[in-house]
Amino acid sequence: MFQLVLFYAFSAVLIGAALAVITARNPVHSVLFLVLAFFTSAALWLLIEAEFLAIVLVLVYVGAVMVLFLFVVMMIDVDLAALREGFNRSLPLGMGVVLLIVLELSVVLGGSGFSGKGGPVPLPEGGSNIRALGEVMYTQYVYPFEIASVILLLAIVAAIALTLRRRPGRLVQNPGLQAKVRPEDRLRILKMPSETRD
Amino acid sequence: MDMTFTSPSLWPAMPEIFLLASVCAILVIDLFLPPRWRHLTYGLSLMALLVTAAMVLRLGQGLEEPQVTFSGMFVLDRLAVVLKSAALLVTGAVLLYGRDYLRERQLDQGEFYLLTLFSALGMMVLISAGHFITLYLGLELMSLSLYALVAFNREQSASSEAAMKYFVLGAIASGMLLYGMSILYGVTGSLEIETVASRIMEQPVGSLPLLLGMTFVVAAVAFKLGAVPFHNWLPDVYQGANTPVTLLVGSAPKLAAFAMVMRLLAQGMEGLAGDWRDLLMVMAVLSLALGSVVAIAQTNVKRLLAYSTIGHIGFLLLGVLAANPMGYAAALFYVLIYVLMALGAFGVLILLSQRGMEAETLDDLKGLNARSPWLAAVMALFMFSMAGVPPTAGFYAKLLVLDAVVDQGMGTLAIVAVLFAVISAFYYLRVVWQLYFEAPINGSAVVASADLRWLLIANGGLVLLLGILPDQLIRACLSAF
Repeated sequence: MFQLVLFYAFSAVLIGAALAVITARNPVHSVLFLVLAFFTSAALWLLIEAEFLAIVLVLVYVGAVMVLFLFVVMMIDVDLAALREGFNRSLPLGMGVVLLIVLELSVVLGGSGFSGKGGPVPLPEGGSNIRALGEVMYTQYVYPFEIASVILLLAIVAAIALTLRRRPGRLVQNPGLQAKVRPEDRLRILKMPSETRD
Repeated sequence: MDMTFTSPSLWPAMPEIFLLASVCAILVIDLFLPPRWRHLTYGLSLMALLVTAAMVLRLGQGLEEPQVTFSGMFVLDRLAVVLKSAALLVTGAVLLYGRDYLRERQLDQGEFYLLTLFSALGMMVLISAGHFITLYLGLELMSLSLYALVAFNREQSASSEAAMKYFVLGAIASGMLLYGMSILYGVTGSLEIETVASRIMEQPVGSLPLLLGMTFVVAAVAFKLGAVPFHNWLPDVYQGANTPVTLLVGSAPKLAAFAMVMRLLAQGMEGLAGDWRDLLMVMAVLSLALGSVVAIAQTNVKRLLAYSTIGHIGFLLLGVLAANPMGYAAALFYVLIYVLMALGAFGVLILLSQRGMEAETLDDLKGLNARSPWLAAVMALFMFSMAGVPPTAGFYAKLLVLDAVVDQGMGTLAIVAVLFAVISAFYYLRVVWQLYFEAPINGSAVVASADLRWLLIANGGLVLLLGILPDQLIRACLSAF
């Protein structure tokens, strides 16, 4: 019973925070609300005893990704007025579509045909999440695990390929060449008859 | 948790492991190569693809029963052997076709070849997927490389725009696929394709959540194939990308997308065939209609070929919706032949894009016969084959699909398909008209290096040969199911 109350409380905070992310006027506030959303979903995970995922979510997303995000948002000074242009115009249409989808989904999923076969399995006494994850991660799931790492490698290659360009005409100095410079490279001595003043 | 884990057999996945090792090796080698040795990256990439294809074919010899490894995540069956070897060879041909074009525009950086290899690896993973997770990861590996390749030429704003569209719509499609898979997981409690298939059989007929999950998956698959109404990205991406990238996007990934259809619909959701068949039927007819009618109004050849692709996808779906081994084999034959034709048609466009000029409009093809008779003849052959004129391979491809559809008692559908094929023949023949009966606007001769010329002739010869002697390939396709 207490768990159920907690679940609904956290869910309400989560939905509220998610709404605030897209409605907040100040982008910094948006990012902070996103941090709140991550924290609350971590709490939801704790409720189903997935403590490892909860900790990773806080450490990786809140600790690393969101801090970076906050930096970027503060530095580039997003002009929200320009982004929001047309927001109110497309709001009724968007809301209509969303309502329709929610209605349809609730009709279809209302009579739930879900088996519950894939739901969380309670851990055995004294077992730990990390151990359970570790046991399948490098055995049963080693193939997808490796592919995921290849995707990360691809992301690095693609990001470099798309952003790193050696543009000609950049004013960059090459210290090696500068040190090797000799007087005759820079100075041209001309032989010419001396000028006489008449 | 069982502690008796035996390490998986790596043998069936050897080609993938080899390709990944080569990608990593080429990545490091390319880093230390001086620019004038750049062609070495190209040579190594091509070699890696060819060796991998040879390994796939070697593994496929005498393969009777599907081999499953990595705890059911990886499947090597005959379908995988046919599709993987074809995808690798086609990717190799793309590199060959694109070489001079890229060199001329200084786009032949090592990253281009690496991204191509990554996408080939993604295709292999996707084709051999025995599990929803590997299927999704393979799809993402393939698509992410393609997005980056479309955006590769940053000097052109059209490329960036095309990449942006492709990326955003592709992300939405991935989201739909994941959502559909999660619903299927909720109903069946498994992500392994075989288990999902058997649990679906146990479900009551017309289970609504199951149908909902299926609909999302079908939509995602249709996006990857480019079937109407999920086709919007296709013409823009084909037109905006550099022609070698268009060639890549339009060829080998179609084989992977076909594998996705087979793994998800034919194998995973076999029990729902009666339901997804209706969805595919609507999409097939719409694709045929749009592909044949809208293409008539196009003056840009790349855009024209994009709409022609949509029409061909319609035919492919006809084969799939027959939902029996004969239909699947016909669809497999169709997609193989289609990829051969697309390879050749875009290959001609690449060859014509010379001296900094892009051959994109129908005007660029005018009077090609006067400039280069053999090139005009090959292009005409591809156009005839796409239209389905005997004795080209395109004729047999269409015939087999129609045969499978009629066999299932869907004669009306076959008649509709033939009608649209006749309409589409109009714009293919118009291209042939431009090649032979118009005066050239640009009279300069076409220069092509010897290996490209031979590749194009071999490509055209194969389309003709498979039209005269299709038995071997048809038998290979039939044995895959």
